[in-house]
Amino acid sequence: MNYDIAIIGGGNAALCAAITAAEKGARVIILEAAPKPYRGGNSRHTRNFRCMHSGPLGPLVDSYSEAEYLDDLLKVTDGRTDIGLARLAIRTSEECLPWMQERGVRFQPSLSGTLSLARTNAFFLGGGKGLVNAYYRTAEKLGVTVCYDAPVTHLELDDDRIVFLDYTHEGETRRLSPNAVIVASGGFQADTDWLARAWGPAAKNFLIRGTPYNRGVVLADLLEQGIEQVGDPTQCHAVAIDGRAPKFDGGIVTRLDCVPFSIVVNKHAERFYDEGEDVWPKRYAIWGRLVAAQPDQVGYVIIDGKSLNLFMPSVFPPIKADTLEGLAVEMGLPPDRLRATVDQFNAACGDTAAFHPSELDGVTTTGLEPPKTNWARPIVEPPFYGYSLRTGVTFTYLGLKVDETAQCSIGNRPVGNLWAAGETMAGSILGQGYLAGFGMTIGTVFGRIAGREAADYAN
Amino acid sequence: MQTDLLQEARRQAEICNACRYCEGYCSVFPALHAHRAFTDGDMTQLANLCHNCRGCYHACQYTAPHEFDLNLPQALANVRHDSWEAFAFPTGAARAFQKNGLMIALATVIGFALLLWAARAIGSMGGEDFYAVLSHNAMVAIFVPAFLFPLASVAVSLRRYWRETQAGDLRLPDIVAAFGSAARMRNLSGGHGDGCNFEDEDRFTHARRIAHQAVMYGFLLCFASTTSGTVLHYAFDMPAPYGLLSLPKLLGIPGGVLLTFGCVWLLDLKRRADPALGATGARSGEIAFTALLGFVGFSGLALYAVGQTGMMPALLVIHLGAVLAFFLLTPFTKMAHGFYRLTALTADAARIRRSKAAS
Repeated sequence: MNYDIAIIGGGNAALCAAITAAEKGARVIILEAAPKPYRGGNSRHTRNFRCMHSGPLGPLVDSYSEAEYLDDLLKVTDGRTDIGLARLAIRTSEECLPWMQERGVRFQPSLSGTLSLARTNAFFLGGGKGLVNAYYRTAEKLGVTVCYDAPVTHLELDDDRIVFLDYTHEGETRRLSPNAVIVASGGFQADTDWLARAWGPAAKNFLIRGTPYNRGVVLADLLEQGIEQVGDPTQCHAVAIDGRAPKFDGGIVTRLDCVPFSIVVNKHAERFYDEGEDVWPKRYAIWGRLVAAQPDQVGYVIIDGKSLNLFMPSVFPPIKADTLEGLAVEMGLPPDRLRATVDQFNAACGDTAAFHPSELDGVTTTGLEPPKTNWARPIVEPPFYGYSLRTGVTFTYLGLKVDETAQCSIGNRPVGNLWAAGETMAGSILGQGYLAGFGMTIGTVFGRIAGREAADYAN
Repeated sequence: MQTDLLQEARRQAEICNACRYCEGYCSVFPALHAHRAFTDGDMTQLANLCHNCRGCYHACQYTAPHEFDLNLPQALANVRHDSWEAFAFPTGAARAFQKNGLMIALATVIGFALLLWAARAIGSMGGEDFYAVLSHNAMVAIFVPAFLFPLASVAVSLRRYWRETQAGDLRLPDIVAAFGSAARMRNLSGGHGDGCNFEDEDRFTHARRIAHQAVMYGFLLCFASTTSGTVLHYAFDMPAPYGLLSLPKLLGIPGGVLLTFGCVWLLDLKRRADPALGATGARSGEIAFTALLGFVGFSGLALYAVGQTGMMPALLVIHLGAVLAFFLLTPFTKMAHGFYRLTALTADAARIRRSKAAS
């Protein structure tokens, strides 16, 4: 069988591309590195889609303008954003939501514990795996061939065209010569050696929140052949997760939402950042890097009895002790120094009458460095609870540079039949930082663009 | 109840509670998310709220081969079946029948034999038509206790259930809400209205929902038919047989058709469904029960079709034997699930009412 388009990867961006191209009449094959139960890459672990809307749309209430969306993005990326591509992603997101629904994706009201996102993010019913399942059904109905356990090992570039690609399947190497190729195989975060080359040996202590199959093989292969790259290899979407999480694929259940109600210390029992800087959905994405910068890349969250029920339960129960010193021993922290840090923090707390767990309440410390600027309540009520924190990498930003048609380039000219979508090109938009649900927006918008452009080319 | 089953379900529920992606599928998840820790009673209630639609399983990022090894539909099904066995009265009877198709078949054959013996020993005492085979009084003497015993047994079980789950006060609007949910089988709608995953992996269909409702409404129509016959007999002195346009026939014929057709459909769906997502070892019991229920409907229809022929006495004995077995086994077979389900839905409605009042 000759295919018009080969799509490398099997997650959201790959599926959006496959469906769009197949709807335009192209013969499409999806080469998914993972076996069927693990299909879908990191999309399996996602839960929502950040969507611009001028009025109520699907599960979304009120409105969320282009300007506000862009502003939210610029805040988290500190301006390191390709404004043109960001605006394209934001503007197109509105028409994506009904497109997704027509292709089987179902939404649900904002999940309990995530009410702050009810206006901006549309939650998938059943989460990202539900979305992935629906798209595979839709794609297969359109005649798309899906090949699991089929990691691509090499794309052969001849002048400015991909002439063939090699992949392994059922123990042998196979070759395809499609008219067009779409790369949608994610970042390289599961290759910890690569991470360590970029970050130094500290990266060996990072946990990978998603699929172990995103090892950046295709990305490395293309970059070696001179395809234009974008992004800083040390930049990634990384959050602080429970230190007891599995090395790969721990997903959402390993996240900890208790930082705003805690103090966070390093292994020397010293605080290092304002835990109450902003509401957690706006701050969770910086804590991965904050923890990564601490000795041994580990942090320790300390809360007391009154705060235990203020945040979503995590999959691992907290470490519990009747005294702070006892907790310190359980967690391997120096007890006297933890006691000193907590005493100093408690002494800096003021009037807590205005405490409000879900809003910036201005209950702040005074004369403490670093300060805690909201939700600062003394840690005094036993039992005391602790969690260890480690850096959990979601995806890396070093990737393929694309233009507004999702096309890759070499030197200053386009590669005639190569497009990229999803995490593998997200660095084209995101320089640093992360905005919840924006990865799925990039994947959907650029997956559809890549599918359309590749189909037009192949036809 | 078996602590290993409870413990496994609890382990899984704690993972679900940290994820919450499935919140919109059914009643289980909002109820689950209302807890931070799960008592045995909480797990029992969640298990009986679960309709085994399997939406959460196919959407789950933590199913095997993932090390978390989630299979919530099976974990809850195991607790659910175990709870029916634990709460059954007399205790232990459910253990014999719930998961054992052979015992159900055996009980049915004994039902036939009992009726045959009754027909021989008691006989007509001068009645006509059906009552020429077995007199009306003899039928009443057999079936009144066979009907009242299961009701009393189920009542004891539900009381045990209500206590174990600490469901609190019982209010009429909660019961109304539970019946409303069961009437539409809302929990098999998938939350999005596309139905559930059952017979073809992650494909959403309404097949199981419709087949189940055919059985449920078919059964209720048949029951109404029998009740109307009883009323006509005693209150209006109008004994059977009844004509085509009589109330018992108008209710009974569509009821029998729905019941028979629905049971065949459910059996076919069950055959195609993955047994690894249902209760361990429950398959033969469930299949035998559904077959018995379908046979009750089918033999009733057949009896109407051949009522005027020489086959009638034999068929009457077979039909009544099946009905007898069905009634007597109600508390100890899959039939019990309807009562537990309604109770769980009532308790859930009460939970929602209380949480609304609190906020």
